[in-house]
Amino acid sequence: MSIEQQLIALLAIPALGAVLIGVMGRLHPNSREAATFITAVMLASVAWSLASAVAHGARGEIVLSQLNAALSIKLHIEPLGALFATLAASLWIVNSLYSVGYMRGNKEKHQTRFYIFFAISIAAAMGVALAGNLFTLFLFYELLTLSTYPLVTHKGDQATIKSARIYLGILMGTSITLFLPAVIWVSMINGGEFTLGGTLQGKVDGPTAGLLLALFTFGIGKAAVMPIHRWLPAAMVAPTPVSALLHAVAVVKAGVFSITKIILYIFGADWLFSLNTTQWLVWISAFTIISASIVALRQTNLKRLLAYSTIGQLSYVVMATAILKPMAEIGAALHMVAHAFGKITLFFAAGAIYVASKKIDITELAGIAKRMPITMTAFTIGALSMIGVPPTGGFVSKWYILAGAFQADNFLAIFTIITSTALNAAYFLPIIYVAWFMPETVAPKKEHGEAPLAMVIALSITALLALGFFFYNAPVLDLERQLVEVMQ
Amino acid sequence: MLSHLPILQVVVPMLMAPLVLLIQPARLAWALTLATSALAFAIAINLVQLTTSDGPMLYPIGGWEAPYGIELQVDGLSALFLLIVSGASTFVLLAGYQSLISEIKESKLNWFFGAWLLALAGLLGIVVSGDAFNIFVFMEIASLASYVLIAGGPNRQALPAVFKYLIMGTIGATFYLIGIGLIYIMTGTLNMSDIATKLPSVVDQTPILVAAGFISIGLALKAAIFPMHAWLPNTYCFAPNMVTAFLAACSTKIAIYVLLRVDFTLFQSNLIGHLIQFKIFLIPLACMAILAGAYMAMRDTLAKKIFAWSSVGQVGYIILGAALVSHSGLTSALLHSFNHALAKGTIFIGIGLLALQAKSGELSSFAGLGRRHPLAAIAITIAGLSLVGIPGTAGFLSKWLLIQAVFEQPNGVIALLAIVLVSSLMSVVYLARFLETLFFPPAPAGSEPTLPLGATAILVMLALSSIYFGLAPALPMELATQAADTLLGYGK
Repeated sequence: MSIEQQLIALLAIPALGAVLIGVMGRLHPNSREAATFITAVMLASVAWSLASAVAHGARGEIVLSQLNAALSIKLHIEPLGALFATLAASLWIVNSLYSVGYMRGNKEKHQTRFYIFFAISIAAAMGVALAGNLFTLFLFYELLTLSTYPLVTHKGDQATIKSARIYLGILMGTSITLFLPAVIWVSMINGGEFTLGGTLQGKVDGPTAGLLLALFTFGIGKAAVMPIHRWLPAAMVAPTPVSALLHAVAVVKAGVFSITKIILYIFGADWLFSLNTTQWLVWISAFTIISASIVALRQTNLKRLLAYSTIGQLSYVVMATAILKPMAEIGAALHMVAHAFGKITLFFAAGAIYVASKKIDITELAGIAKRMPITMTAFTIGALSMIGVPPTGGFVSKWYILAGAFQADNFLAIFTIITSTALNAAYFLPIIYVAWFMPETVAPKKEHGEAPLAMVIALSITALLALGFFFYNAPVLDLERQLVEVMQ
Repeated sequence: MLSHLPILQVVVPMLMAPLVLLIQPARLAWALTLATSALAFAIAINLVQLTTSDGPMLYPIGGWEAPYGIELQVDGLSALFLLIVSGASTFVLLAGYQSLISEIKESKLNWFFGAWLLALAGLLGIVVSGDAFNIFVFMEIASLASYVLIAGGPNRQALPAVFKYLIMGTIGATFYLIGIGLIYIMTGTLNMSDIATKLPSVVDQTPILVAAGFISIGLALKAAIFPMHAWLPNTYCFAPNMVTAFLAACSTKIAIYVLLRVDFTLFQSNLIGHLIQFKIFLIPLACMAILAGAYMAMRDTLAKKIFAWSSVGQVGYIILGAALVSHSGLTSALLHSFNHALAKGTIFIGIGLLALQAKSGELSSFAGLGRRHPLAAIAITIAGLSLVGIPGTAGFLSKWLLIQAVFEQPNGVIALLAIVLVSSLMSVVYLARFLETLFFPPAPAGSEPTLPLGATAILVMLALSSIYFGLAPALPMELATQAADTLLGYGK
């Protein structure tokens, strides 16, 4: 397939997959799950082949629709998008395996609807990854918000509807009032095309650039930079596979991906670095990292704790991008991957614990490792990766971000990374300790061992990925080095 | 034959109206009305093609040349509105049979369809007229026929609503007539292009200024521009469901069409300072309309009234775009006329179909109906997203152009921007409130009669076309751009 065909395929496969899942859902659950798997595997294989072509320097773009003289829906491929698309597509396979175990083990209703909207969400995430201009990015960004709404409200009870209102309200509110005007503004200045190194330099002055950056940072609510973060804990009412893939990988990474891409491809990192109106982004993301970690310390609900941890980790990516130095930009890309592997493992473990024991609170987890050793091993690996302990993937990305911070002499960033590492350890290590070494305090309602096999396999795979990323990350490095070739 | 299309556009529905009166089985009368409307739609499509390829068409009635004879005129602007009116009528009729049967006595249906065709002929006639007085004549035909349509339903509350509409509509039309009369006194002609050439010699005369005032206010009343909107919410709410769908899609837009036509071709190029007056008069009204419409829609508890209030706000968007008097602003206004007609028509048809199963018009009567009839509810959802302006739907493009036009303004950018964006959020709220009621409560107990299949299919098709025109908007975008060119005089 040519690059252009692959671009279309990445959008079309999950979209057609959604239709296929809907048709198969009327026949038998097994055929529906088979449709999900086939779609996910096809998508991932196309994404991998595209990413390897990009690593060898291939580029391509295609205009899907020319709306008027100035506006078009356009896809293109570049290293960052290739990485995000490949990451989301590959983890979708594992997540589908996990979903089967979770949704059946938990006897959830409306499973066909769940799988359909999951596939649509993945299609929207692909669109975000491949967007060739700001207009297209905004289009798929909003589609992602809307297509995840039915997943967040899956349970359909009153509490869920309330949380979903927060979810939709914050994401739509920020995107319509801040992101959209910024998109239109920039599109009027330079057409909104993505060009590595940026095209705004010389067309707007420093304060305007700072204002635009603020509109983008807070308008892209999916990146959960404080104070636009409340939707993420609210979204935890969704079934755990949604929290795992969407609210640890696809949706939130779409947010930080968009910010990173806009900084590199609209503003240009070197130009932003030369301005003094953009330094606040490091401050606000540092603030988010520290305060999200402090809030996480106080959480007792496991999924909410993970949500706050995600908020902090997302701001790592934002801060790394905002350091505006080559090593840090590479670190940002690496951290997207490392955090994805680690956090999806943690969510998988949390969901496995819930399905097996119905426990959702960390105070109930004492001694659970004896019943669920594999799950808790995976949880431990994921947590260590969040803290950034070698040999886990989290160490690699933190290393690069730190290196970037030293390149920029950005002591605030260095301080933040060190402090937050300590805080991460402070909220993850106690959980691990009591789970492994304390006797059981809360007896489960009924005797249980590990969660269903599909879930255990899924979380073992992602835990191994989190470990493996420490030893084998060369392809990602090679890919993302291309991002910073133009930088000083 | 093709050169006669402008007159056929009006004459066909007008002559069919008395014929439909004579047809007794309601189904046959409906089929004949639908066929007539479809023919009008086909003529409109032809006219669109002709004007885009060959430019404006002039048609002297009976061969009497203007300014002595009556002239019909079809250009890019009129073609767009012909498409909206005839399309709305056709698709509403197509999807609306069961709904109409359920609301209107069968013995009266032939009268009802006769009035429908008269309303259609009147609205189309306004658009093709090149003559200011004939616009008034057709306006009266359309209004009188639509009073009958609105009052024709089972709901007694429609009577006071229609009475209010009648009074306000008559005042509006009379104001327009007074204005035209004054212009006739000063220029001695009623033909629009003739007026445009004669106006410069009398522009400094008071009667012309008074005429401009009367015409603008009169048409603003007809177009339900805030605060002259008072007739609209109850009228839309209590009319038969399919009448609401038809009128909401096109009736206020036709008044806006006349306003733009008269203002841009007669006044703006001739009256000194009129441009500023036009902006200063309409921009604040449009802003208030946008906010008040969205706010009232957030608070109302009658399903149709929520979207009737939303129409007040959406008219505000159209007027705001037009009042910015820039190319992107006008394009946005005209494109939004098309997109809003499509979306609002779809929503009201959808509500009409669901109302077949709802006990009353209260929002709570619709609780859970989306679970029983997911297709219809999803269609309403899609059209609603277009109304909000979610990317990927048609409504997004008109909002994009509107915001672009706001950015191009020399001052007041932030205030206007805030109003447009905040009102978009408010529309998310009222839409979400309606959709939550449709989808989340359990489906109502009792028997499970299904919705008419054909009507649901039309509804879904209309909803999908909102997406289609969001992703491939070549047709409406070209028409709107062309119409904006016409209005700003680029085409001359």
